[in-house]
Amino acid sequence: MGNVSLKSVAKIYPNGTQAVFPTNIDIQPGELIVLVGPSGCGKSTLLRMVAGLEDITEGTVEIAGREVNELEPAERDIAMVFQNYALYPHMTVFKNMAYGLKNRGTPKDEIEEKVRAAAEMLNLSEFLERRPSQLSGGQRQRVAMGRAIVRNPKLFLFDEPLSNLDAKLRNQMRVEIRALQRRIGVTAMYVTHDQVEAMTMADRIVVLNGGRVEQIGTPSEIYHRPASTFVASFMGAPPMNLMPADYNGNGTVQVAGMDLKVGAVGPYHGNVSLGVRPEDVEVHLEETAEALPFDLDIVEELGANRLLHGKIHAHPFVVNVHNTATVSDSRMFLRIQPDNLHLFALDSGRRI
Amino acid sequence: MKRTRLTDHLILLLGVFIMMGPLVVTITTSSYEPEYIHKHGLQLGWGGNFVDTYSAVLTEKGGFTQEITGLLMTQNSLILGIGFAIGKIVISMLAAYAIVYFRFPFATLSFWLIFVTLLLPLEVRILPSYEVVQGLGMLNSYTGLILPLIASATGTFFFRQFFRSVPEEMLEAARIDGAGPVRFFFDILVPLSKTMIAAIFIIMFVVGWNQYLWPTLMTTEEGYFTLVRGIRQVMAVYIGSNIPDYNEAMAMAVLAMLPPALVIVIFQRMFIKGLVESDK
Repeated sequence: MGNVSLKSVAKIYPNGTQAVFPTNIDIQPGELIVLVGPSGCGKSTLLRMVAGLEDITEGTVEIAGREVNELEPAERDIAMVFQNYALYPHMTVFKNMAYGLKNRGTPKDEIEEKVRAAAEMLNLSEFLERRPSQLSGGQRQRVAMGRAIVRNPKLFLFDEPLSNLDAKLRNQMRVEIRALQRRIGVTAMYVTHDQVEAMTMADRIVVLNGGRVEQIGTPSEIYHRPASTFVASFMGAPPMNLMPADYNGNGTVQVAGMDLKVGAVGPYHGNVSLGVRPEDVEVHLEETAEALPFDLDIVEELGANRLLHGKIHAHPFVVNVHNTATVSDSRMFLRIQPDNLHLFALDSGRRI
Repeated sequence: MKRTRLTDHLILLLGVFIMMGPLVVTITTSSYEPEYIHKHGLQLGWGGNFVDTYSAVLTEKGGFTQEITGLLMTQNSLILGIGFAIGKIVISMLAAYAIVYFRFPFATLSFWLIFVTLLLPLEVRILPSYEVVQGLGMLNSYTGLILPLIASATGTFFFRQFFRSVPEEMLEAARIDGAGPVRFFFDILVPLSKTMIAAIFIIMFVVGWNQYLWPTLMTTEEGYFTLVRGIRQVMAVYIGSNIPDYNEAMAMAVLAMLPPALVIVIFQRMFIKGLVESDK
């Protein structure tokens, strides 16, 4: 159902601020792409340019092989779900969903049929005659999705649709949205600042920072092979540990006065940031070969897991262990597999 | 916090007395014979002439040319009040819509220019306004009475503030739903502004109804007289040695007060709602 491609799309505001630097993204039919990044990274701007709510300064946006730069939002064959739902408060649920179809001159019985079908799919059938103010947050969000579904668009756009919901409902809606998108098989772009949402929902994630793409990849690629220190520290909770280290160019990295073997890395020589995921370490109580000394400060109980906050030679370091692991109050020793050591150039922050 | 104290009630009672007292005296006095009123002044009792007086005021032809009745004056007042209110609402909604939603050059400047007209009330510009109306040949017509007054800075300001509080996402959702500017206005903005429209209607209706100076200048034919002007007309015979029809003047004053009071009593809930809350 329509692939989408962004070709060198950039946004410069009239006051000269560059919100988005030239960006290329190709979205496969039926794929759910999540744009994630801190606030002000340009993710919403990018989405709004695709929607047609924001002018495109440079580059082209194609939806289903058709350039849409100059088209009105309504002509782009897209549907959008907003953060605040943006339901029309004076219309019933039925009218809210029917409004877009009505404006397109769809015959009445067809509207009726489509709205009923969408309401059925979203468990909203019994609320069709209610006003949005009489619905709960989750139901409103579903109405907003229903409004998008009935139009049968080529592309779904989600602009932080879950951030107004409480945590429990958010988890539930996350699954619902994902299932729905799968079922309809529609291509979708989803903007969020929540990395958990990004990881759990996406086919592929686009990590944005300061208006630039840091990395595009599957959740697994993003997590296991972050392309930069930014991605490494943004994705994952707790984030990846980063420590200054020296890489001599021939397979060993020097950190905290010890030499550690690393996995396959590119040619590089000099100062690096050494990244380690908190869960990628083995904790030993006795001193062992190639193990870093770890001084425990505090323990955070998470139920299934524990977070150990401590230091390796005065560098803060977090370890995530299973709650059955034995932990000593004093010094412990951490062993890390060579493949779990991530090296990033110190100056550029890029992965080596 | 809820507290009902004696002093609060006393203050309210005093307020009611000050506001309602004159009205009550007017109503009771209007039920007496004019000669009696002339001799004994205002009355609080019941004169028994109530029905006669009011039917005379409403149906008896009066004025210089004998072609205007109280009923006709009420009708004129209503036309002025309602036309004035509706005209103001339409114009100021459209102006506010343009200012808030369309990026045209000098939009902010335009708004402040409209706003500055608050410094020039009708009384200040009454002669040039008269000249314009006269030049357009609209003297002695309802159009001339209503049209020149319907540009409203206050109304525009209220609607501008209201439109600005409508979330941006509403507009964006409507754009994606394929609603153009006209549809967005009629399908979304107007229904959302319902309470606001009601509130402004009440204010403007009362203002229009109470106009005195403007109709006096714009219309000289008695067929266009409003109630407010009629009161004066009744009293005008005093210039001769006749005793003016005090009771009829009082009755007409009551008639002139009644509709605005009714409008406020009936719509006060909506009025307050429109000013303090919005259901967005």
